[in-house]
Amino acid sequence: MSASSGTRAGARTLFEKVWDSHIVSPQSASAPAVLYVDLHLIHEVTSPQAFQVLRERGLPVRRPDRTLATMDHSTPTRAAATLGGTPVAIDSAARQVATLEKNCAEFGVELLSMSHAQRGIVHVIGPELGLSQPGQTIVCGDSHTSTHGAVGALAFGIGTTEVGHVFATQCLLQRRPRSLSIEVKGRLRPGVTAKDLILAIIGRIGVDGGTGHVIEYRGEAIRALGMEERMTVCNMSIEAGARAGMIAPDEVTYEYLAGRARAPHGVDWQRALERWRQLPSDPGARFDREVHLDAAQIEPMITYGTNPGMVIPISAQIPERPGDPAFQRALDYMGLSPGQPLKDQKVNVVFLGSCTNARLSDLRGAAALLRGRRIARGLTMLVVPGSQEVKRQAETEGLDRIFTEAGAEWRESGCSMCIGMNGDLVPRGEYSVSTSNRNFEGRQGAGARTLLASPLTAAACAVTGRVTDPRELLNT
Amino acid sequence: MEPFKHLISRTVVMPAANIDTDQIIPARFLTTTTREGLGARLFADWRYDAEGRPRPDFVLNRPEADGCRILVAGRNFGCGSSREHAPWALTDYGFRAVISTEIADIFRNNSLKNGLLPVVVEPAVSDWLLAHPGSELSLDVATRTLTLPTGVAVEFPLEAFAQHCLLEGVDELGYLLARSADIAAYEAQA
Repeated sequence: MSASSGTRAGARTLFEKVWDSHIVSPQSASAPAVLYVDLHLIHEVTSPQAFQVLRERGLPVRRPDRTLATMDHSTPTRAAATLGGTPVAIDSAARQVATLEKNCAEFGVELLSMSHAQRGIVHVIGPELGLSQPGQTIVCGDSHTSTHGAVGALAFGIGTTEVGHVFATQCLLQRRPRSLSIEVKGRLRPGVTAKDLILAIIGRIGVDGGTGHVIEYRGEAIRALGMEERMTVCNMSIEAGARAGMIAPDEVTYEYLAGRARAPHGVDWQRALERWRQLPSDPGARFDREVHLDAAQIEPMITYGTNPGMVIPISAQIPERPGDPAFQRALDYMGLSPGQPLKDQKVNVVFLGSCTNARLSDLRGAAALLRGRRIARGLTMLVVPGSQEVKRQAETEGLDRIFTEAGAEWRESGCSMCIGMNGDLVPRGEYSVSTSNRNFEGRQGAGARTLLASPLTAAACAVTGRVTDPRELLNT
Repeated sequence: MEPFKHLISRTVVMPAANIDTDQIIPARFLTTTTREGLGARLFADWRYDAEGRPRPDFVLNRPEADGCRILVAGRNFGCGSSREHAPWALTDYGFRAVISTEIADIFRNNSLKNGLLPVVVEPAVSDWLLAHPGSELSLDVATRTLTLPTGVAVEFPLEAFAQHCLLEGVDELGYLLARSADIAAYEAQA
């Protein structure tokens, strides 16, 4: 249904309903709204200076019961380092991890520490624990907080000063963003995944196409996605510049959340369901902007440049933009030329991980393609599960053996090579096909050349050592 | 925070679009627990070669960049991560304002909280600024006005509350703490 067909007075979008129900005081000409935060997730990198502000001003954490800490960005992924004597090899990272432990103890915040069975990437564990729920406001000092919008929450990244605001008041000062409907009709074809869909969306609207907006992803293709696939889509909303991405909760959402450790139970679950069923956008609700796509037209996608909007179908050629020095500069960095096909480009490293694509369904998809195959000679493949729970489940299913028998490394959970803060780096000049979310210069290591793609494409590239359409291997 | 009323400075120009926070401050420098000292790492991978030597052709390594406190950049400056280390690195280096046709949301929010003025201008103004590096500009927060050396003055958008906080040197936490009763009332009914 098109959002524009007959807008109705009083009809509200999913975003508006969540926004309206969290207003402590409304915005005016002279002041932003005071917005209440239901869930505050924190990690080691963007919290230390915020705790320091509390200390300097003699303030407590107002709602430790609404705050959860994990460590993921600068933590090691080798089992010996994680579980052995010295947990973090890099001194400054070790200091940061120790600082989080000290801060959480001092301010009474629950911490999933290095050895905790539920530790993982902050945007994987929130939904996994059932903490991230429909209708909530969720924030974290991390731009990929948009991930949690997949359950129908309003979830967005904040800076460290704002982390301090939420610590002290459980609130943020916010101007209401505009709304953007992205409606995807039809169905994704076999071998085409949620990652390809969001890369195609970013390619369409651009890396600043969502600036100032909250996106609601809608339509048949979105409804057909599983919960983890929806997280992949919402995760990269920030890569289109959007504040947040949301998907209305439905039976897929409720089935995913039911029985999770920190989701409501019993009578509370029934009450929650009643509330959640009111959340989807009303018929005739008005969006500030609308974009329409057809899922059936989408191919496996891969990036060729230094931002996620520089993306093409895997069988296409890199575009030519004569007279655009920034474009040429990006290709120079990548060691690629305008007009060349990306297919068969040599690949040195494959990274299967990150808050975008390191959940169980991602690992299953890649493992299905790798089963009985070997990765190319000389290629390095890192498989880094999104959480310790994902790791355990994957091991129960024997996925770890498929990866290691193929020649890949099977690691402990963390952000790892997505951001390269923990020493997991792509060497200078080498090509990495990565299931992560950013192909910025130096993102995976100084001089590293990142090609963003789906877990299926990453696995296919690992087998051949070259950029490969996964459908060629899935069909054989 | 120090009040921010007025700024007169020459500009440094970086015309590239989509300059992301990983360029402003690469992730490997985020393993810090303080706000200070990041200026030395600002634009580290563009500013220094693999051996840590300054690249002579990079704009911040040229003598005319000394003392410039306004950065003029291409469209969509500050896209990418939420790291507040990006405005911390810019201010620690000495910048007090960033001008572009578009500034990414989270970076913009973070900048305002650190006395770094985000100034969004029309493409025509941006084109002039990009074509005239080193121009001396005047930025006035009270009138939300950018004045070019040609005498042309243009207004830039700045939300009233952010303007108030800049002019008075007020920090938002104090404002939020003063709302404690409202917050408690919200919690009681939620």
